[in-house]
Amino acid sequence: MSKVTYASDKGGYQTRVLMKSTLIYIVLILLTLICLVPIWILLVNATREHNEIISKFSISSLIPGSHLFENIKTLRTNSLYKFFSPLLGLKNSLIVAGCCCALTVFFSGMTAYGLVVYDFKLKGPAFVFILAVMMVPTQVTAVGFMRMLIQMKLLDSYIPLIIPSIAAPAIVFFMRQYMMSSFPLDIIEAARIDGSNEFRTFLTISIPMMKPAFAVQAIFAFIQKWNDYYNQSIVLVSGKREQLTMPMMVQKVISIDRNPDFGANYAAIFLSIIPVVVVYVVLSKFIIGGVAAGGVKE
Amino acid sequence: MATAAQRRIKSVSYAKYGYIFILPFFVVYFIFSFWPLIQTFILAFSENGSRTPELIGFDNFKTILAKPAENDFKAMGIHNSFWNGMKNTLIIWFGNFLPQIALSLLLAVWFTDLRVKMPGKGFFKVVMYMPNIITAASVAGLFLSLFGDSAYSVINTLLRSGEGEEALKLISGCWSSRILVMFIQVWMWFGNTMIMLMSGIQGINESLFEAAEIDGANATQTFWRITFPLLKTIMVYTLLTSMIGGLQMFDIPYMLHTGMVVNDYIKTVAVFIYEMFHNNFAKPSFGYSGAASVILFVITSILGALVFYVQRDKDAIERKKKQKQAAKEWKRKQKRGGGFSI
Repeated sequence: MSKVTYASDKGGYQTRVLMKSTLIYIVLILLTLICLVPIWILLVNATREHNEIISKFSISSLIPGSHLFENIKTLRTNSLYKFFSPLLGLKNSLIVAGCCCALTVFFSGMTAYGLVVYDFKLKGPAFVFILAVMMVPTQVTAVGFMRMLIQMKLLDSYIPLIIPSIAAPAIVFFMRQYMMSSFPLDIIEAARIDGSNEFRTFLTISIPMMKPAFAVQAIFAFIQKWNDYYNQSIVLVSGKREQLTMPMMVQKVISIDRNPDFGANYAAIFLSIIPVVVVYVVLSKFIIGGVAAGGVKE
Repeated sequence: MATAAQRRIKSVSYAKYGYIFILPFFVVYFIFSFWPLIQTFILAFSENGSRTPELIGFDNFKTILAKPAENDFKAMGIHNSFWNGMKNTLIIWFGNFLPQIALSLLLAVWFTDLRVKMPGKGFFKVVMYMPNIITAASVAGLFLSLFGDSAYSVINTLLRSGEGEEALKLISGCWSSRILVMFIQVWMWFGNTMIMLMSGIQGINESLFEAAEIDGANATQTFWRITFPLLKTIMVYTLLTSMIGGLQMFDIPYMLHTGMVVNDYIKTVAVFIYEMFHNNFAKPSFGYSGAASVILFVITSILGALVFYVQRDKDAIERKKKQKQAAKEWKRKQKRGGGFSI
């Protein structure tokens, strides 16, 4: 008797699990569609011409066309899009995000190293300070930042976009946590005995050992700076064409209110997201792992 | 046997290197963040319409917070604009946080459920996090072309049945635009929240779930009796950081419009601050902007303090307390001992 109940029970359990899995899959597939369909429509419309896009939506509106290169050409030639130049935007954004990313990671690592490895009087207060300023929003300091840039005559230059990234409290915090949990301090002692000076120890021994943390933070810093429309629009206030970054160019495209060429519009947005998406897909494993690691702040 | 050399080695102090290593951070922070913060506070008490404003006292706060005189149209406009921004920020934050946390929590529980076998988990996570990394400007552009007011936006070409029909104007409507912003915010952030909550759930001791399963608890019971109570800290943390983030909401509300004027129904406080000093750059309203920033700073500081309070290490505090007590006890004993000896 017991065998029978056991078997039927087991069957019930399995059906329940199966039903639950099916339900979960349906929801997940729906969410996947919600995430991907907008991007798919963007991709499709970037490859179709204006007249195709403005005609009634049908199933064929979900199949890519063949006008991508014509649309990109329109972007290059039409005077409406004179401030949108994908290559220029790409180059400028790469300069800004690349420099910021390098500085952020290097100096945050250095600060965290200083806080973990050495004992000094102001160590505690310094860390508390970093914790406290982690939460100060950019928006709060923006006015003062603007005023300072006017006084220092630093507007329309990349310096105030790049240099401040030396001080990134949140990343210092993350690196410190990482070092506290997985950095063997004995190795520094060993290096000292072998006659290595402190900077050399940091550069040639510690940095290679902290590579995983550096890599994750580098990816995040890069994406964040690449997407940072707010600061870029404050600093590059005159909006000179040759200085514009990708997000600023896109913003200019989407605020065109006079008869735009829809194909070219879509192509512009498409070109702006494609580098980020490619980088993301290649590095997604690190990125998801990084979010998970950063999430547990306990 | 302590030779002079040994004593010298012992006295080598590496403290100065600590200062050298953290120096660049602090120098740059003070120049590019701390000094601007102080400037913001000074500007909050300064006049408007000048690039080199003079101090005027509390007038900006009065204009923004207290109701100005009926006939003072300019002040009235600023006052209304600020409160409109506050209201919109709250509405949009609320409308994006609730669905986002519910959805993320549900997904996080599913993804971490031991009982459900789920191939392709990695794929789903990658897809759901993706909207988060796309530039907000591009996201705004994308949704403008999908749901825009133009007769040729995707939604309007989809709904169009005949000629001469009115196009659906979602972007310029009040609640339609707000709901769209909420949707975009959820779309961009639910993957991030989900992954954070997942790592929170994975931090819970697995044997608790196993014990619950053996005791015959179903999924709902397991969630409400185990997952949820143990996830409280991380949930409160998510809530507070999301509030701080919500107060800064800028990119999407600022860019979700065609033409030059930001839609009033979705204008947030951050947009208000930005417009005050950025628009009309020859004569910026630094004062109003600064005052609003200071108000925002106070609110975020309170929220930030709450985060610290929630995140504080309870065990460490307990240990410290005990240590203190032990020290006191010891001192008292010392005293008593001392008393006897005299």
